[in-house]
Amino acid sequence: MGDEPDISGLLRLLGPGIAELLSGREIILENVELDLAELELTIPVGGAPICLPGLPFAGTQPAADSASGIDRSQWPTELLQESFTPVPEPYPARIREVTLGATKCEGGSRGKTVTVGGARSPPFTDPGVKQVHPPVIAMDVFDTPFPMPRALKSHLTEVIDDPAAWARMNVEKYGADMVTVHLLSTDPLINDASPKEAARTVEDVLQAVDVPVIIGGCGDPKKDAQTFIEIAEMADGERLLLNSVTSDMADAKTLEPVAKAADKHGHCILAFTGLDLNSAKELNRRLYQFFPADRILNDLTTVALGYGLEYSFTIHERARTAGLMGDTELQHPTISAATNAWSAREAWMDLGPKFGSPDFRGPIWETIGSLTLLLAGVDLFLMMHPLAVSTMRDVSSRLIAGGAAKAAEASWVNARI
Amino acid sequence: MAEKKKGIREISPIDVYKLLPRTNCGECGVPNCMAFATRVVNGEAVIDECTPILDSKHKDAYAQLAELLAPPVKAITFGTGKTATIGGKYVLQRHEFTYQFPPPIAIDVSDDMDEKEIKARVHDITGFTYGYIGRTLSLDVVAVRSVTGDAERFGSTVKLVAECTDLPLILCSHNPDVIKAGLDIAGNRRPLIYAATRNNWKEMADLAVRYGCPIVAAAPGDLTLLRSLVKTLESCGITEIVLDPGTFGDEGLAGTVYSFTAIRKAACKDGDPLFGLPILGTPIAVWTGQELSEDQNRWQEAYTASILMTRYADLLIMHSLEGWTVLPQLIWRFGLYTDPRKPVSVDPGMRTFGSPGPDAPVLITSNYALTFFTVESDIKSAKIDCYLIVVETGGLSVEAAVAGRYLNAEKIADALHESGIKEKVSHRHVILPGLAARLSGETEEASGWRIMVGPRDSSGIGKLLREHWPPREDS
Repeated sequence: MGDEPDISGLLRLLGPGIAELLSGREIILENVELDLAELELTIPVGGAPICLPGLPFAGTQPAADSASGIDRSQWPTELLQESFTPVPEPYPARIREVTLGATKCEGGSRGKTVTVGGARSPPFTDPGVKQVHPPVIAMDVFDTPFPMPRALKSHLTEVIDDPAAWARMNVEKYGADMVTVHLLSTDPLINDASPKEAARTVEDVLQAVDVPVIIGGCGDPKKDAQTFIEIAEMADGERLLLNSVTSDMADAKTLEPVAKAADKHGHCILAFTGLDLNSAKELNRRLYQFFPADRILNDLTTVALGYGLEYSFTIHERARTAGLMGDTELQHPTISAATNAWSAREAWMDLGPKFGSPDFRGPIWETIGSLTLLLAGVDLFLMMHPLAVSTMRDVSSRLIAGGAAKAAEASWVNARI
Repeated sequence: MAEKKKGIREISPIDVYKLLPRTNCGECGVPNCMAFATRVVNGEAVIDECTPILDSKHKDAYAQLAELLAPPVKAITFGTGKTATIGGKYVLQRHEFTYQFPPPIAIDVSDDMDEKEIKARVHDITGFTYGYIGRTLSLDVVAVRSVTGDAERFGSTVKLVAECTDLPLILCSHNPDVIKAGLDIAGNRRPLIYAATRNNWKEMADLAVRYGCPIVAAAPGDLTLLRSLVKTLESCGITEIVLDPGTFGDEGLAGTVYSFTAIRKAACKDGDPLFGLPILGTPIAVWTGQELSEDQNRWQEAYTASILMTRYADLLIMHSLEGWTVLPQLIWRFGLYTDPRKPVSVDPGMRTFGSPGPDAPVLITSNYALTFFTVESDIKSAKIDCYLIVVETGGLSVEAAVAGRYLNAEKIADALHESGIKEKVSHRHVILPGLAARLSGETEEASGWRIMVGPRDSSGIGKLLREHWPPREDS
């Protein structure tokens, strides 16, 4: 490009360079000869007047009214009164409501249940539409130790080897609405623990806490199926959330038995797909063959801030908008594994004194990831750090309460801070 | 209200084509005007790349195109030399059309600081950088606040700041005399004036006109007043106006998110010209709330800033300069403003580091740019001679690609095969990312290569290789 002898080539060569120069960066053109009768350049700079560095902007010197071209005699003497009437934007459809956990009289043993979903509009956009259910926070418990950043581990030392105690701490100390038991031990590449052993861990957790419980598998489509089926039967009627079923299970022909076991014993299912709405819809359609749609949640994948959070954000915005517009395959409540934030090295690595201690950087990473997806419509969050959990709870309750901003002059302008 | 303008997604290439010279001259770099029109409506080219239309004989067509393609949210530039452009948005949701003009982040300097403090703070603001996927993220603007209310003092503070940096400035005070003192010093830098309010709009409008500077219309918590102010300033002949609907922490957070959303919806969906202007978010406001510790204020400021960036802020003023408050904003801004249609990716294929011999390690990674640049910098800093096979994962990170099955045994086997690595090394051991450990067995079967599972984070590559390379042959 740019080597044609005609003027257009030269213009192309110069155009961006000149724009660059105008934006204050220095450029050097070498071996360029100009031999033109007339050269006219028009440089677009974002709709703003062009200023050359070092030269005064045309209108910047205190100028007589005539020089500014503005006739002050035409100015209003009083503030002109305008009104503002937001145009309401009703959505034709709503997100399904799913209740997790079952109390004694409902056939389970939970002290309370939680309900997610039910949204009628994108969150916090219309003060006239009240959010039906607040976002739910489930805190993680792992049945097997694994490498964890210090900022996460520091509050877990007492409980790290005891899933039941860990679950109890999540609920009693940090107020978790739910607990997720991640059965990493079942992974054939780790301990390959048997489904029976896994079921015993779940039983311990169910006895330790009375909140609804989420069962996290190891990601192996065959092993997870065995584990989920075992646990579904053991915890008959508890309305657990099985996290998760995948397209891999469909390929491994284990989707049907898992879905049928979950249905028979009254549990809910989380369908997980990787950042792709078409696969999410397809997996949901497959599940509808064996499982009631009103007990399915979707995980569309949560990527850490800095590692592609924007993809997760946009896919959730698209899914929620499509669901509210009437796409029944995307009307499932969604969950976010917000704990994934910690896979970003910015969350845990020592970056030098300028970037502060990971004791703050880690939890703010988890917090910002969660809040971003809360704005995109996610209903349920799997979280880990107590500070991130309390901030999520605090911010979401303020957003839901919908307090109006009181008219006032901005006090930050002259505040001593 | 005038007939509603077409949204960027409703403009067809034909609408643009009709107004082009239609000579298929190819000067824009594509073969014909129709192809160019398509690029323009997709946001891949700007009309000024059509050099013939800049000729005066096409003046009318050019003006019509500019009108047709003008974003519903006006773009406003302030500063000279180094400038900041804000607004310029076409849509509400980023999947509709890439967000333009990432919001500049301004850090405050106040006039109650002494000379040494001011110099140090400006130095810290301009020196704040973070290397991220081959780019340098940094802060953009300095907001000078008048805390003392003393015009002379404000003037000397502005002078000092202006001497220390060529970053664009925002001059902040409700007092027109104070603002005038700042403009007398730095008016030729075209700073953004904060702010015209219900009480001072006449004097502030006068300053904006005299010094030719853009101005913020501030009506915290009152959208009706905000529209009235814009209308009034416009009737004074001012066109470059920035909106401050107010940022409130605490109980006002819901109202803040709602105001930002209502303004942007009015502009993008309902074509409201008075709200078709950039929005200023001021997370710095949390510092004036209830008595909290510094770290609590930083914490609140950090998440408030990210919420506002997600909810349409086009410019942010912050107080904290702590790395852990600012870094997530810079990284989230980078992500939010990438083209959602194109994952940030690098070309797949083989990369060579140092001068690898026949027994050099072979590593696998994804073609997501962040992953690649991170692995690259870790390999370089550990000074490893090796081969890195970048697998086409649709621009997804290893973790997401494994979950979504964009990275699987077949793809790895194909990438190994196509790279010709077999001819380069005498061994058959390949190092898989720790986050793809799950694929080990299948990959061994599909590729015939032995798998060594690498660290979950590439910062551990050096250590792994020191301790475990070359692999023992019995394994």
